[in-house]
Amino acid sequence: MIAASFLLICLAAQGGADSSVLVWGGDAEGGAPFVEADAANPSRVRGFDVEIAERIARGLGGGRSARFVQVQWSNIDQSVERGDFAIGLSGVEDTPTRRARHAVTLPYFEFREVLAIRPEDQERIRSLADLRGRRVATLGATIAYDMLLAARDSTGLLPVSYDDDVHPYTDLMSGRVDAVLLDHIIAQRALRRLGGTAFVILAHEVATGHYVGVLARADSVLRDSVDAVLREAMRDGSLEQILRRWNVWDESQGVLFERVLRGGVATQPAGAPVAERVIAYLPSLARAAGVTLAASVLSMALAVIVGLALASTRVYGPTWLRVVATIYVEVVRGTPLLLQLFVIYYGLSGVVRLPAFLAAVLALGLNYAAYEAEIYRGALQAVARAQLEAARTLGFSEMQILRLIRGPQALRYALAPMTNDFVALLKDSALVSVITVVELTKQTAIFATNVGSWVIPGILCAIVYLAMSLPLAQLARRLERRWGGHAA
Amino acid sequence: MSALLTIDRLGVRYGARDVLRGLSLEVSRGEIVALMGPSGVGKSTALRAVAALQPFDAGRIVIDGFALAPGPVPPESRLVPLRRRVGLVFQAHALFEHLCVRDNVTLALRHVLGRSGAEADATASQLLETLDVAPRADAWPRQLSGGEAQRVAIARALAPDPHLLLMDEPTAALDPARRSTLGATLRRLCTQGRGLLVATHDGEFARAHADRVVTLEGVA
Repeated sequence: MIAASFLLICLAAQGGADSSVLVWGGDAEGGAPFVEADAANPSRVRGFDVEIAERIARGLGGGRSARFVQVQWSNIDQSVERGDFAIGLSGVEDTPTRRARHAVTLPYFEFREVLAIRPEDQERIRSLADLRGRRVATLGATIAYDMLLAARDSTGLLPVSYDDDVHPYTDLMSGRVDAVLLDHIIAQRALRRLGGTAFVILAHEVATGHYVGVLARADSVLRDSVDAVLREAMRDGSLEQILRRWNVWDESQGVLFERVLRGGVATQPAGAPVAERVIAYLPSLARAAGVTLAASVLSMALAVIVGLALASTRVYGPTWLRVVATIYVEVVRGTPLLLQLFVIYYGLSGVVRLPAFLAAVLALGLNYAAYEAEIYRGALQAVARAQLEAARTLGFSEMQILRLIRGPQALRYALAPMTNDFVALLKDSALVSVITVVELTKQTAIFATNVGSWVIPGILCAIVYLAMSLPLAQLARRLERRWGGHAA
Repeated sequence: MSALLTIDRLGVRYGARDVLRGLSLEVSRGEIVALMGPSGVGKSTALRAVAALQPFDAGRIVIDGFALAPGPVPPESRLVPLRRRVGLVFQAHALFEHLCVRDNVTLALRHVLGRSGAEADATASQLLETLDVAPRADAWPRQLSGGEAQRVAIARALAPDPHLLLMDEPTAALDPARRSTLGATLRRLCTQGRGLLVATHDGEFARAHADRVVTLEGVA
């Protein structure tokens, strides 16, 4: 009886929440004019997507209000399917995959993919075709990124994917990339922020696309209601008012609205079957695995060299150098690798503009050097002191003792933990995607967004990582068996 | 006959504590001298001071004309003449664990004395033969028995042909039969004008095999 009434209360409470609130998801990191934290009250958000969500909530009737849920932009689709919110609105693009996998609303905004270049390149670059061999930046997992991938094969440009839409433009100005392909709203916002002459937006758009709301595949009934509200908002001028208020209204929006209201809007056709898309992604997955392997091997080589220098300094160096080496080891081990990546790539860009891959190798290598140094120091100190004294009485110099007696034995102690570290580094290398290096995990995330599922990309990615790390783990075990008894 | 080793009123302190005070002894060529005394009395410390592995605070040590003075251990570059004259066999043998028996013996010959590989191998074979461990030339240190390891350690210390051989507790790991074999071996070693200083707490061994016994008493 009590349980039944409790259940009733719960159901009533939930039903009440459902009917009075429209929970919507967006990414406030995306910023104005889409969704941004209100400067006056950071717990609130503002932007045209915010106002559209409110307009939709009102239009659905029943005195509904809109409640915002923060979600990372690239995860909106997965989150809406999970039921974290009813509708995702945050400059969400209308793509064939999205239409195939989720319930998608009518388009409510038409954007243009525009190219931004440095002012001095205006004479040379007029379209994607002029960018052969050049680096072109955009946001990962977007229509623009897919266009750049297609252009890589046709015109030979080099796509560079970012996780945010701010750094592509600062990197354009600093010369790290030669062009940026992104939505005109984002380009114009960046131009305002960086001063009107920082770069040039080419007038001729590369393509057009639409922003839509995305709902869970099973929510097509709610989607139809939302579509009805959007049509009404186009008819009664409220949508135009919102877009004008945020300075993003232009005549192409009027044309879009007319097409939508006439029912003549051509939605994107559904994409190719999954199997075909998986096969299409295999080459880029292989390339990304190559990047992961190259970054890991080079980083480990750097870590070994710097680690050896640090360890011998800590064992043999004068006091002040030992202190310096100790501080290095503790600072590097005590701060996140992610922070170190940002500092080396963005923080140092005022002093030296490192290419992304080099910055990734430096950050990973210098980070792991601290761990290697501790392994080597421990290994050097594990060699019995009596052996070192015996070597001294035989007349060996310090250098000879290190080279002939201490070093070779320490190496045997260190090899197994080093191999384990290399396996860890292989996986940590996934972090370098934050500085635009598309390695295996990043490529898998792009792949997953593209096919709208993590299952196949996740399994493929795991197989590739295991193929690289299992033989190493095996090697570590063999070394331990072979030399573990030896050195003991 | 001039002394090979002269220790004159040697004193070693650890902080405020006297570990060794007023030790004087001489070792001549062809002579085995046993340095006796209970554990912890400073026998090993005396050997380590002679081998310039640790500093001493008072007295003087002269090895075949090379003098060590109180104060910090001189840098290795200044100890080259001493290293040529003195060999030390550690109580725990301290063999190089990553090298086989033969390489343990040849390493210093090749890298310190600059002998060729063949020359060094010949010397090692001869030494291992003399010490009855030739069949173990290719074994790893961890595969050796205590007695074998000790004889390899002696061979290694003898390889550069030092005039003075220091041995720290050589009988610690040996049964009585092997002790007497060791005694005979040591006697053979000092026939070529070599002197031996053996730190031991084994009175029986010392009386049976040493020419002279110097007994250290605890520092009051």
